[in-house]
Formats: sequence, C-alpha cells, structure tokens
Amino acid sequence: MTWLRRILLLSIVLASVAPSLARAVQPDEILTNPKLEARARAISAGLRCLVCQNQSIDDSKAELARDLRLLVRERLKLGESDEQVRDFLVKRYGNFILLKPPLDLETALLWGMPAFVLAAGAIALLFGLRRQQSTPAAPLSQAERDRLAAVFDSDTPL
Amino acid sequence: MIIETGHYALALALAVALLQSILPLWGTRTGDSALTSIAVPAAITQFLLLGYAFAALTYAHVVSDFSLVTVAENSLTTKPLIYKIAGVWGNHEGSMLLWVLILAVFGAAVAIFERGMSNELRANTLAVQGWISLAFLCFILFTSDPFLRRFPAPFEGQDLNPLLQDPGLAIHPPLLYVGYVGSSIVFSFAVAALISGRLDAAWARYVRPWILIAWIFLTLGIAMGSYWAYYTLGWGGFWFWDPVENASLMPWLAGTALLHSAAVMEKREALKIWTLLLAILTFSLSLLGTFLVRSGVLTSVHSFASDPARGVFILVILSVFIGGPLALYAWRAPSLSQRSVFAPFSRESTLAVNNLLLTTCCATVLTGTLYPLALEALTGDKISVGAPFFNLTLGPLVVPIVLLMPLGQSIAWKRGDLLGAAQRVTVAALGGLVVSILLVATVRGGSVFAAAGLGLAVYLIVGAFTDVASRIWARGQGGRVMLARAVGLPRSAWGTAIAHAGLGLTLMGLAATGWGVERIATVKLGQRIDLGPYQATIENFRSRQGPNYSELIGHTVISQGGAYVAAVDPAKRSFPTRQTTVTEAGIVTLSFGQIYISLGDRHADGSIDARLFWKPLVTSIWIGAVIMAFGGIVSLSDRRLRIGFARRAARLRVADSGAAPEPAE
Repeated sequence: MTWLRRILLLSIVLASVAPSLARAVQPDEILTNPKLEARARAISAGLRCLVCQNQSIDDSKAELARDLRLLVRERLKLGESDEQVRDFLVKRYGNFILLKPPLDLETALLWGMPAFVLAAGAIALLFGLRRQQSTPAAPLSQAERDRLAAVFDSDTPL
Repeated sequence: MIIETGHYALALALAVALLQSILPLWGTRTGDSALTSIAVPAAITQFLLLGYAFAALTYAHVVSDFSLVTVAENSLTTKPLIYKIAGVWGNHEGSMLLWVLILAVFGAAVAIFERGMSNELRANTLAVQGWISLAFLCFILFTSDPFLRRFPAPFEGQDLNPLLQDPGLAIHPPLLYVGYVGSSIVFSFAVAALISGRLDAAWARYVRPWILIAWIFLTLGIAMGSYWAYYTLGWGGFWFWDPVENASLMPWLAGTALLHSAAVMEKREALKIWTLLLAILTFSLSLLGTFLVRSGVLTSVHSFASDPARGVFILVILSVFIGGPLALYAWRAPSLSQRSVFAPFSRESTLAVNNLLLTTCCATVLTGTLYPLALEALTGDKISVGAPFFNLTLGPLVVPIVLLMPLGQSIAWKRGDLLGAAQRVTVAALGGLVVSILLVATVRGGSVFAAAGLGLAVYLIVGAFTDVASRIWARGQGGRVMLARAVGLPRSAWGTAIAHAGLGLTLMGLAATGWGVERIATVKLGQRIDLGPYQATIENFRSRQGPNYSELIGHTVISQGGAYVAAVDPAKRSFPTRQTTVTEAGIVTLSFGQIYISLGDRHADGSIDARLFWKPLVTSIWIGAVIMAFGGIVSLSDRRLRIGFARRAARLRVADSGAAPEPAE
C-alpha cells in the first residue's frame, strides 16, 4: 500500500508545486442559492488549504483546495449546519484544517499569550511607577553642597 | 577570473571580520589605542571587499555565466537585464551575500560618519558588527557559497521563478534587508553599551537616526511586499498572516516600540534599560525573520532536516546572537542606573503604554507564528494559526494604540494633564465620530466595523496634526507669523505628525475593504459586469510574445453609466522554461480605489472565468505606509538627529571654548 500512498502524496505535492491554471473560487463552483454560497465562502475562509502556507481554501489555487470547496458546498446542500461541516472536516483532517485553532489544553498557551504578556507588562509598569515615586531624590553629598555654596557665594558667572 | 577574485574577496572579508571582532575589544579593555583604532579601517575594508564580491556575482548574472551553480539555477540568457540583476538576490546564496554587504555598508557608515562619539563606544560597536559579519560569512562560505562552480557548465539556465520576475519583487528584498540589517547597528550599540557599562541620553541620540533608517526601510519593504502580493498572486488579498510576512512584521513592531522608547530615553533618560532590551529584541527578530524565510523551516519542521548543515548553522547563529546578548543583558543591565521619574499621566507614560501594547502585538505574532512548529515538534500534533486568529487577537490591541496616539502627542513630558490633553483631541474625536455616523447612515450594505474603522482613521489623522496645529496657531497673529512658527517647529514634531497620519491612511484603506465588491463569473466577450459604481466589459483577446514568456491578454473597458472611464489589460503569462503560468492582474486606479481583474481558464465557447473586484480606497493602505516612511525621513532631517551630529557639536564646542576661555575655578 505504501506505493499507493506515495503516488497520492506525490500528486498532492505536484498539484501545489506546479500551479495549474486552476484558481481560487471558480464560477462553476458557485451555488445557485446566494445564502448558501455566502455561508460556504465564510466557512472556506476559515479552512486551511492543507498543501499551502497558511492560505485558506477560499484563496488557494491548489487542486486540493478546490476539492475541499466543493466538499463544503456538497455538505451545505445536504442541509448541514456550518458547525457540522466544520466538524466533518476536522474529523477527516484534524485540527490542522482550522485556521483559527480551537481553544483546548494544547492551545491554551497560544490563546493566553496576549493577555499574559499584557498583564505581566502592565504589572511591571505599575511597579516601576510606584518604585520611582517612593524613592526620594538622593540627598546632596558634602562635596556637592560645598560646590553649590561656592557657586552661590561667588560673583563669577558660570 | 572575476568570479575567482570575488570569491577570494569574500574569504578575505572573513579574515578582516575576524580581526574586527577581536582586536578593537581587546584594545578598549587594555587601553591600547592602536588596537582600538583598527575598528574603523577594518569596517571600511570589509565594505570594500564585500562590495567587490557582490559586484563579481552580479557580473556573473549579467553575462549569464552558467558555470556558477546559482546563476545556472536562477537565470536565463533571454531574461531582461533588470531581472538578471534582481536574480542575484532572488535565491538563498545571493540574498545572504546581499545581507552581509548591507551589514558592511552600515558598519562603514558608522566608521565614517560617527567620528564624534567616544572612541570606545565606536570601537566596541564595530567589534560587535564584526561578530555578526563573521558568523554570516562563515555561514555563506561553509554552507551557501554563491561562487560554487559546476563543470561542465550547462548551455542554458533554468530561469528565475516567474513570480519573482516583477519590478516589485526586484526591489522588495533589498528594502527589507536594509530594514533588517539596519537594526543590527542598534543592536551593536546596545551590546557595546552593555560591555562598557555606560548608557546615557547621548547613547539614545546616537542610535535614534539608525533606528529611524532601519524603520523607514522596513516600513517601505513591508508595504512593497504587501503590494506585490496584492497584484501578483491574483486574488486581491494584501496580507495573509503568512509566516514569511509575520517574520517582517515582528521586527517592525519591535522597531516601532524601540523608536518611541528611545525618544523617551533621549528626552528624559527614562526607560533606559527597556530601550536596551528592545534594541536586542528587534535585531533578534530580524535574524529570526531572515532565517525563517531562508531556512524553509516554516513550511515544515522536516524540511529543516533536509539540509542539516545549514539548519544546525542557523540554530547556532540564532542561539549565539539572541541568547548571548540576552545573558549579557541580564548580567549587566541591573547595574545601569535609571534616574528619571515621571507621573502616571505624562508623555512618558503614554509612550510606555504604547510600548507595552506594541510589544504584546509582537509577542502575539511571534507566538502565532512559531506555536504550530513548537507543538508539532513536541507532540506531533499539527495545528494551523491563520488570519482569523490574528484578527481576533490583534484587533483589541491595535484599537487602544490608535486611540492613545493623538493623546500621547498632546500630553506634556514628565507631568501631564490628562483632561487638558483629552480636550485638545476633542476636535479629532468628534471628527471621527461624525464620519462614522454619517457612513453608517448613508452607505448601504457596508459593515458597521468598516464605518467604525474609518472613523478611527479620521480621528487618528486629525489628531496627528492637532499638536502641531496648536503649536502654530496664535490668536490675532497673521499668516506670516504662523508660517514662521510652522517652519520653526522641530522637524521631529512634523515627522511624528506625518507618520501618525500615514498610519491613519493605512487604517482607512483597511477599513474600506468592508465596502469592496467581488464578482466571480464566466464572462462572455462584450458582457457587462457591475462592479460597485463601475461596469467592466471584456472586449477582445489577443496574444503577445514577451522576452521569456508568452501571454494572453483580455482587453477590458471600464465604464460608468455608459461613459468610458479606463481600459485595462489583465493577462495570463506562460513561462515555457519553468512550465508555469502566472496571472497578471489588470488593475486601474480610480480616485483612491482600484478595479482589479484577474483571468482564469478560457472555455471553448470563447468565454473566460474571471474574478473582478472593486476595492474602494485600497491604495491608501500603501500610500499610508509611504507617508509613514516619509514622516520618518522628515524626522531624520531634524537637526538633533542627523547622523554624525556629535562631530559637528564637538567642533562647535572647540570653537566656543577657543573664543571664551572657561572661568578659573
């Protein structure tokens, strides 16, 4: 079976490396029902074309993306909800297909990072402000006081 | 022969880099001025050697010397000259050579122009530049040699990737590299300060022009890359949160934060230690950016292993140049004194909050870009982090930044008055609000987000000039007085206003995407397609033969209510050598919006698949970026910030002290 898998892989690679004239959403894919089509577009924009770099299937020119777009539309025509279509694809391809990763244990750090950095930075900033306000200016040393006195006493302009 | 001398120059440059990285440091440690003074000639020599090596490689590309592997793999005799030259950096090896060349240019510039600064700081800075140069030259010579020969030489080359044969992409990498590498100077200054343990406001003044230069080029480079993607990739998008784009956005975010914190440090000696950290981080992110793009690690963790020598080298360089300075920072920074105080409401504090938000943005982009790689390496699970994630997480961070920008410009240093500053930006806020409400009320079919975004943009643009206007405006004075005041304002104030307004324009363009119109259709000749306020009609097809491609052009006429407006020629180009076809989108700019037409498959009945867009205000995205960069240039021309100001200041001091002897103690 490995040779079959290899051929399959190769064809996917070829499809992505040698861009054919295939394009992002083609006229023949579009559903006649505009509401359904709008939903299909919205779902597609959140699904990754598996052989591209961070491109959604809605944007991608790859053959695979076209197949997935058609698949999404098939499922919608069967009357499935957006959620059901997405679940179906996740079951098939894993979370890799979602451009917006779901929040779970694995991605907690990813989703939590902005809030964490913001909070840590804000705390550091507040502490910094506090500290600088609580430290009074250092008193003058004896040498500085003498110099100051000399300046005040003498008539020579600086 | 020229090739061999170029190769030799590259090896010599490595030797010079070795000297430059060790001797000046030794000199400043031991107080040996002879060793210290080697830094300057070494930096200049390195520039000359690398300049020669680069010229030699360019020569090989221009004369199509296919005995060089890099030329054979990326060139073609019939390729137009400009792309032969652009082909020099259109591949891994050549682009690395360009990288070190720019590094050497910056090193030589510091050596030549910064004569006024202390010898110690300059020597140490150049030595740190020497380390970077050393690492990259080793990387080039041992793993990515552009001067590698092949025997027998092929008769014809394999041509450059057609996507790269575009004027935009010819100048995009150099711009971006100047931005990336420019931050190396700032990094070197920071490490030099850590080594010597001396850090004052003068340091901030020395580095600010260099930060500005790097930032200007990075801004232009990113904008260029985005516009290139927009018009070449054929589906009208301009930012994809692709890891390669993120790689350039991260140093920009960190660099923008650095620009602002350095301003605080220069004026008030506050945020010193933070500025130092940002300087190191900005360059670290630039390095990461360079390598993320080059190593192919982004497409898959496994591609890293396909060329282990390069991969390991990259890992070593990254860990040495990021880890080393950070360790040095952790060790030395606490001993650097922080003096200045500022109130919770002051320009310093608004800039500190701006820094916090920008850094959070940067951290978010970094996490989003690297998380999938890390997760796959650790657990084997694959996830994707794409546009929906970034829009969701960055949106809430960008809005407060924008809201804060005019406020920060209007509040005083040290101890400001929040209420007063808020009053000063009232006009801007009202302007934005009115525009939003009007848009929601009048434009049908657009999203509320678009209207809100546009209002925010108006607030930002008006707010950007509020501070300048209040400093020029004088009740009861004539225009001449006000003009004199306008001219007399520091250029950096103008620069700030212009750059902020530029961001406002960009925001405007981004918001207006919400009103875009898209049509995907099989179009017959002569069929009229409605595109917002315009109509498009494909009139005829013709074929044309280019130098190394052939193309099919669909001549299209744009009209409005039956009246002719413009004509445009979208095309499909086939490059036989690489057996690829690329779409050349047909684009017409009408006021600030664009009609964008991209062709697909042609059918037997003469009709053609096409994707047509009307994109209102879309050009202001890039015009805004160019204006931002222009603001940077204006700021750079400020008297206080010019490169080498210290030399002139020193001369003036000497002249002064000659005229008026200091009073006796």
